[in-house]
Amino acid sequence: MEKRVFFKGWLLPLLLIAPQILVSAVFFFYPAGQAVWQSLFIPDPFGLSMQYVGLGNFKYLLSDPYYRASFFTTGLFSILVTLVSMIPALFLAIVADRLIKGAGTYRTMLIWPYAVAPAIAGVLWLFMFNTRVGVVSWYLGNLGYDWNHVLNGSEAMGLVVVSSAWGRISYNFLFFFAALQSVPKSIIEAAAIDGARFWRRFWTIVLPLLSPTTFFLLVVNVVYAFFETFGVIHTITSGGPQQSTTILVYKVFADGFVGQDLGSSAAQSVILLVVVGALTVFQFKYIERRVHY
Amino acid sequence: MVEKRGLGIWLSHAIMILGVLIVFFPIWLAFVASTVTQPEIVSPPMPLLPGDQFFINYKKALLAGVNVPVGTMLTNSLVMAIGIAVGKIIISLLSAFAIVYFRFPGKKIFFWLIFITLMLPVEVRIVPTYEIIAGFGMLNSYGGLIFPLIASATATFLFRQFFMTVPDELAEAARVDGAKPLRFFWDILIPMSRTNIAALFVILFIYGWNQYLWPLLITTDPEMNTIVMGIKQMFPSGDDVADWPVIMATSILAMIPPVIVVISMQKLFIRGLVDSEK
Repeated sequence: MEKRVFFKGWLLPLLLIAPQILVSAVFFFYPAGQAVWQSLFIPDPFGLSMQYVGLGNFKYLLSDPYYRASFFTTGLFSILVTLVSMIPALFLAIVADRLIKGAGTYRTMLIWPYAVAPAIAGVLWLFMFNTRVGVVSWYLGNLGYDWNHVLNGSEAMGLVVVSSAWGRISYNFLFFFAALQSVPKSIIEAAAIDGARFWRRFWTIVLPLLSPTTFFLLVVNVVYAFFETFGVIHTITSGGPQQSTTILVYKVFADGFVGQDLGSSAAQSVILLVVVGALTVFQFKYIERRVHY
Repeated sequence: MVEKRGLGIWLSHAIMILGVLIVFFPIWLAFVASTVTQPEIVSPPMPLLPGDQFFINYKKALLAGVNVPVGTMLTNSLVMAIGIAVGKIIISLLSAFAIVYFRFPGKKIFFWLIFITLMLPVEVRIVPTYEIIAGFGMLNSYGGLIFPLIASATATFLFRQFFMTVPDELAEAARVDGAKPLRFFWDILIPMSRTNIAALFVILFIYGWNQYLWPLLITTDPEMNTIVMGIKQMFPSGDDVADWPVIMATSILAMIPPVIVVISMQKLFIRGLVDSEK
């Protein structure tokens, strides 16, 4: 798509686009290039010189059981976050869509958690499940269940998943609700007149019409789980216990800033770049198709 | 309307209310915790209804905090969030205008350069970006907090999409009348983009406010901490008991500005969200 009308001149547009290009060059392309470059070296123990190791960092990473475990953790974490945030959101959106009055009020109330930063969400959930003062863990204890996410890896994973998914329920609800509202009422009524009951209508008409939104949300939530949940992990578990909640982004941070292993951290950044690239291409391919709907 | 009567409606309302209560519970509990005393919290179960320590706890948080007054962290967050939102909107408006309304050498290349930055979230390039900011001497500065997060292809694309829908006749008329491009940009395009700019501002403000990893890396001086990353620093290391009422008051303070922005600009926000993400 192109405009038919253009203004003359080439200096002005270059000046207009310069700030964005400049910021991108300094803070995007140069650092990304640096990451690729550094991933080919390892610093000596005193940090005085760099030794070229080719793809050594990558080979080491791919054979490192901790790194592979982190890949698995990230996969599991993203799938769980996506499911836990999308299913309740879809359910609430369907119920809200049935209401003529009050749906707007519920929507206003449900938006709140979206505005809460992942790191703050982490603090709130940590408070509820804190092993010493947490309300929920205390009641669980009364019921005979000894909650301890500090020692138990599965419980830690459960807690970071729920904390991360919480704010996303709002986000997914907004999209599902908007999509449901745009389903033509005439189709629903026609089906109802033909004798189709609610669930029948839902499975055969509404759900297929929701599929573009659902697919879009799947991709967006996976991207969120990959990259934006750092705050949750850092506040609740710091990747523990025994690295059971160390997702890839957390590992880049832990190895690069805490462990000071720059070569490995850079190589991990490069691998992540490839992952983001693939996800973005995937997303755009899909959006491209959706435009032609 | 189909089946919108009787028991079903009451059941639907009941489900929605239950859903809202469950989703809201963590926030409620944080609020309650910010209004009671420390002993009430550390001997579980804590009360589920607010106490009378509201003013004491919030005053302590705002003026004293744990490492640094929360008031200072709030100011830092505000500067960072507004800086990122305004900065992104300005550079994106300019570059989208250039891309849509001009033909110039290298346009395709520039377009793709901007496009590619979509794929580079700050999380994947933290170490080298940190080194650059350190090299510029911008650690512990607002510039260091804002600039690396300011270049974003999303805003540029949103404005590009919008400019594409502006009727060509407007630019044509402006050109025939002898208006300079910048005049057209300022007098016609910007006023027409008002709603888009506002919607984007809401989203970018929240994006900036909620940043965690980047401020964590580059603000080593507590005076420069933002509130979202500063909370974690309020937890004591080791076995000491955290000052829960003050920490929870800080959590509530940290969520108030974005919540106000979202609720008060709900319509714009939803529109901006749905537009910018699809």
